[in-house]
Amino acid sequence: MATSIAHRASGIVLSVGLLLLAWWLMAAAGDEAGYALAVAVIGSGFGKLLLAGWLIAFCYHLCNGLRHLNWDLGRGLEKAEARRSAAVVIAVSVVLALAFVYAAFFAGVPR
Amino acid sequence: MSLRTPLGKVLGRGSAKQGVAHWWAQRVSAVALVPLTLWFAFQVVHLPTTDQFAVREWIASGLNPVLLVLLVGTIAWHSALGVQVVLEDYVPNKAVKLTALLANTFIHVVVAFAASYAVLRIAFTTLAQG
Repeated sequence: MATSIAHRASGIVLSVGLLLLAWWLMAAAGDEAGYALAVAVIGSGFGKLLLAGWLIAFCYHLCNGLRHLNWDLGRGLEKAEARRSAAVVIAVSVVLALAFVYAAFFAGVPR
Repeated sequence: MSLRTPLGKVLGRGSAKQGVAHWWAQRVSAVALVPLTLWFAFQVVHLPTTDQFAVREWIASGLNPVLLVLLVGTIAWHSALGVQVVLEDYVPNKAVKLTALLANTFIHVVVAFAASYAVLRIAFTTLAQG
């Protein structure tokens, strides 16, 4: 199923995101010029596109990961159940991603 | 001429390395990451991220340094296990695969320690400044 390869693909995307998270933390620990560079790169158009990609990957990987953990408990393994949970995962991921976008950009935090 | 008997060559090949331990570690880290990543995401969306001083204050405050070190460590652990599986499945050349698996482990360990060091450095310098 498509949700399986998407789980791996989003996982790889998030692994690359770990490098960005580490860079952000190291920049925060460093001098002002370094942090300004990190903010400029992340805040650029391309940076925002990457952030949007990571947000979608995170929401999907989180929801589908919970689906996998449920399977590991031996539950929901029937074909019909798996198809239904796939639809639920996609729907909840979209709602979660939109909620984060709203909280980050429209809930009154200075940017 | 080999020192190994034909029987010794075929017996005791065992399972494919540390299968169960890998599988279990992937799940343990996955369960830990559910609250850790949600905590981080909900915190960061309310953070004025362009303000380095505010970011440092947040990193240093309360239990945040502990949670952040746990976060980067657990992400790196989970990520290393996940990338390993992808490399094992999709890299056909054995030499390239071995090199990639080594690089995967080294990079994840370096990233985890570097990010943890950054968090602790911020926590301790902020503490020293009062």
